[in-house]
Amino acid sequence: MEWYLPVIWAMLIGAAVAFYVTLDGFDLGIGILFPWSRSERERDQMMRSVAPFWDGNETWLVLGGGGLWVAFPVAYAVIMPALYLPVIVMLLGLIFRGIAFEFRTISHSKTGWNYAFVIGSTVATFAQGVILGGLIQGIPVKDNAYIGGALDWATPFALFCGLSLVIGYALLGATWLVMKTEGPVAARARGHAVWLLLAVLVCMAVISLWTPLTQQRIADRWFSTPNIFYLWPVPLVTALVAYGCWRWLERGREVLPFLAAVALFLLGYLGLVISNFPYLVPPSLTVWETAAAPASQIFMLIGTLFLLPMVLGYIVLVYWLFRGKVREGESYH
Amino acid sequence: MDHFDPVLLARLQFAFTIIFHIIFPSFTIGLSAYIATLGALWLRTGAERHHLLMRFWTKIFAVSFAMGVVSGIVMSYQFGTNWSRFSVVAGNVVGPLIGYEVLTAFFLEATFLGILLFGFNRVPPWLYVLSAAVVAFGTLLSAFWILSANSWMQTPAGYELRNGIAYPTDWLKVVFNPSFPYRFLHMVNAAYLTTGFVVLAVGARHILSGNYVEGGRTMMRMAIALLAILAPLQLLIGDQHGLNTLEYQPIKVAAMEGHWDGSKPGDFAIFAWPDEKAEKNLYEISIPHGSSLILTHEWNGLFPGLTSVPAQNRPPVAPVFFAFRIMVGIGLFMIAAALFGALLWWRRRLFDTRWYLKVVSQCWWIGFVAVISGWIVTETGRQPWLVWGILRTADATSPVPSASIAGTLALFVLCYGVVFSTGIYYINRLIAQGPMGPGPLPAGEYAGNRPISAAGGTE
Ligand code: HDD
Ligand code: HEM
Ligand code: HEM
Repeated sequence: MEWYLPVIWAMLIGAAVAFYVTLDGFDLGIGILFPWSRSERERDQMMRSVAPFWDGNETWLVLGGGGLWVAFPVAYAVIMPALYLPVIVMLLGLIFRGIAFEFRTISHSKTGWNYAFVIGSTVATFAQGVILGGLIQGIPVKDNAYIGGALDWATPFALFCGLSLVIGYALLGATWLVMKTEGPVAARARGHAVWLLLAVLVCMAVISLWTPLTQQRIADRWFSTPNIFYLWPVPLVTALVAYGCWRWLERGREVLPFLAAVALFLLGYLGLVISNFPYLVPPSLTVWETAAAPASQIFMLIGTLFLLPMVLGYIVLVYWLFRGKVREGESYH
Repeated sequence: MDHFDPVLLARLQFAFTIIFHIIFPSFTIGLSAYIATLGALWLRTGAERHHLLMRFWTKIFAVSFAMGVVSGIVMSYQFGTNWSRFSVVAGNVVGPLIGYEVLTAFFLEATFLGILLFGFNRVPPWLYVLSAAVVAFGTLLSAFWILSANSWMQTPAGYELRNGIAYPTDWLKVVFNPSFPYRFLHMVNAAYLTTGFVVLAVGARHILSGNYVEGGRTMMRMAIALLAILAPLQLLIGDQHGLNTLEYQPIKVAAMEGHWDGSKPGDFAIFAWPDEKAEKNLYEISIPHGSSLILTHEWNGLFPGLTSVPAQNRPPVAPVFFAFRIMVGIGLFMIAAALFGALLWWRRRLFDTRWYLKVVSQCWWIGFVAVISGWIVTETGRQPWLVWGILRTADATSPVPSASIAGTLALFVLCYGVVFSTGIYYINRLIAQGPMGPGPLPAGEYAGNRPISAAGGTE
């Protein structure tokens, strides 16, 4: 029990983060792509395609952060101070983009809130990438507390992760627009998606080389025997999915490119999990060392097993209710 | 920069962000319930008036809710960023409560909000109104869990300490800790009162301006019917809440009353200036034996005074003392305003008594001030403890340099200042325009008396 509980929780939180990244990823991506739109009508259409969902999508972030606190309070207490500045900048970014949804429709001039939406989305995404990079590169810990400085996270690697995530979310956003809109918006998104796909592949390749080169433990994980025999399909499948995404974009398919982009994200995520498990705070604290009391983990687990399927149920209901394409000029509220 | 006290900065940052956050829940908890009620009325009567009002308030709700969500997400991360020791010491107990809040409440609200805001053309009317009710229920659940967490920090129960870390032993006792029932009822009632006064004020404004008299009357009647019951009720709940606090946190009550010397019966100070150095009140105007009567129901009843504990274990007296007076003062004014309104209504003079309409039309903000004051009483009165008797605020902070906290605090002040003042400006404009106003009401939505059926799909 003492061994399994933290592993189960790590998987649950991992799932919450995966949900967050794919779901909020596409709506943040819409914000990143906003500057390439041509008119207010187009921007209305783009926003309308995510407006009923963004709040629910962002709730996965609260679940991820909250879940970390519930199940691994020590990890939460180390990671947050270590990545203090990027976390707060992310929150501020999310504020500006979140309120832009409502404010944009009721203000007389939309321009200001368009900027808030673009800058907020991009900054929040970049900060999330930096947080990810900051985690991967390792956090110095002593006596279960962070001992580094305020700017330790600011390395070229973390900043590159930030950039990569901006490109990645833009890809998710572009393929979402291909699926959910029509007319010029969809056509332009299709063009963007091809280039973004290429850029994402470059980023993934760079990160896959950079991490094992600088982190011995990650190199050992991937390139030692027997691991390498199990792990070589991961890059291969990634390449196949990327190829599929490109073909489907070229052939005018509407839903498949989005699904392929999501799969690409999940594969990249899987790669990171493989690199870092069982560390929650690499390279020092594992899931077992940071776990909450078993009584707390069980109390929460019971509820989660009942509630999560329900939550997923009504989330599916909402996506189903708002299925189909958003036309240009469709009303906001 | 490091000579700034990081604890003080972290507290300032927390207080600033939570005060902003609580403004929005106080309004959205009540408003969602009001919208659901209007929806139910509309389904039953089919009256266009109810439908119009529902759509009107939903637009205002959308703006407030968005601000509540984004400021709330900040809160959930503040525990880790600024209070990481707290996360470790209390995480085993408080963590799951917040976890349940996310799973039972936040997802429910966020998901059905999508239907409420954007589903009007897509779903049948009953599902549309049901979504409003689900959102209202979600906000209540959210209040349930967060207040349980907060109450546990005030009156911890159902746990044991090992190596200074709290471990849960009995979850029922944790969730339903001694102060929770009072705090939950008091806060939810506060949220309904807050919304009630906003609706009342808006109704009065529409009658006064003559723009939308019919809707204004409906709003005023509904608000007064509710407030005439809830405002007096709040006094009763608050009284019981205070007695409970006297049992578990007597020093907080002493600070609320400005009561220094516990060997004498307490007078109720209507005004005073508590002087913490001299350990007495200056310029006091008081009702003799008033506090003793309220708290012990006896003329000469005794209760602990501030001097019964060493100075470093006392909360800051002045903020608690004044905030308490502001809250109770507003509470009494609310009772008067609501009962007088009910009297006018009964005499059929409600809509012609212009001075009354003018007064209440200016009262939209009083609930917010009372809520914030109430929380200042509760939270400041708990100092120097963060978790009563277990963890001191000063021991709970994160290992983050002052410069980081000060810098981000400045950012918060700047961003919140811009964002929330525009938000309030927009809400005001929406209200001023009224349901018929020139706002962004897309044509076609009000085409008929009946909502466009779901089968029709879009447009
Ligand atoms: C679950 C925990 C929790 C909840 C639900 C609340 N608070 Fe709180 N509050 C804290 C946990 C806390 C804290 C972490 O314990 C603080 C931070 C520093 C401190 O002294 O206590 C605090 C401080 C604090 C302060 C500063 C007091 C001081 O430093 O002297 C204010 C004014 C408030 N809070 C107000 C509120 C309001 C308006 C709330 C309503 C939403 C609220 N709190 C809910
Ligand atoms: C420190 C304390 C608090 C934290 C950490 C916190 C956290 C949050 C978060 C993360 C959200 C956004 C949820 C979403 O994505 O929908 C939120 C919204 C909300 N919170 Fe808080 N909250 C706190 C205090 C309170 C209190 C005391 C109450 C009620 C009495 C409350 C009631 C609500 C409600 C009703 C909402 C949803 C409605 C809205 O956003 O306006 N919160 N809170
Ligand atoms: C009418 C007389 C009232 C009395 C006697 C009263 C009493 C109290 C007391 C004793 C507390 C502190 C409890 C503690 O910290 O342990 C409190 C807190 C609070 N009050 Fe009041 N109150 C009154 C009116 C109001 C009104 C009108 C509102 C808002 C509309 C309000 C909102 C709050 C809030 C939000 C809190 C903090 C949360 C809590 O501890 O419940 N109160 N009240």
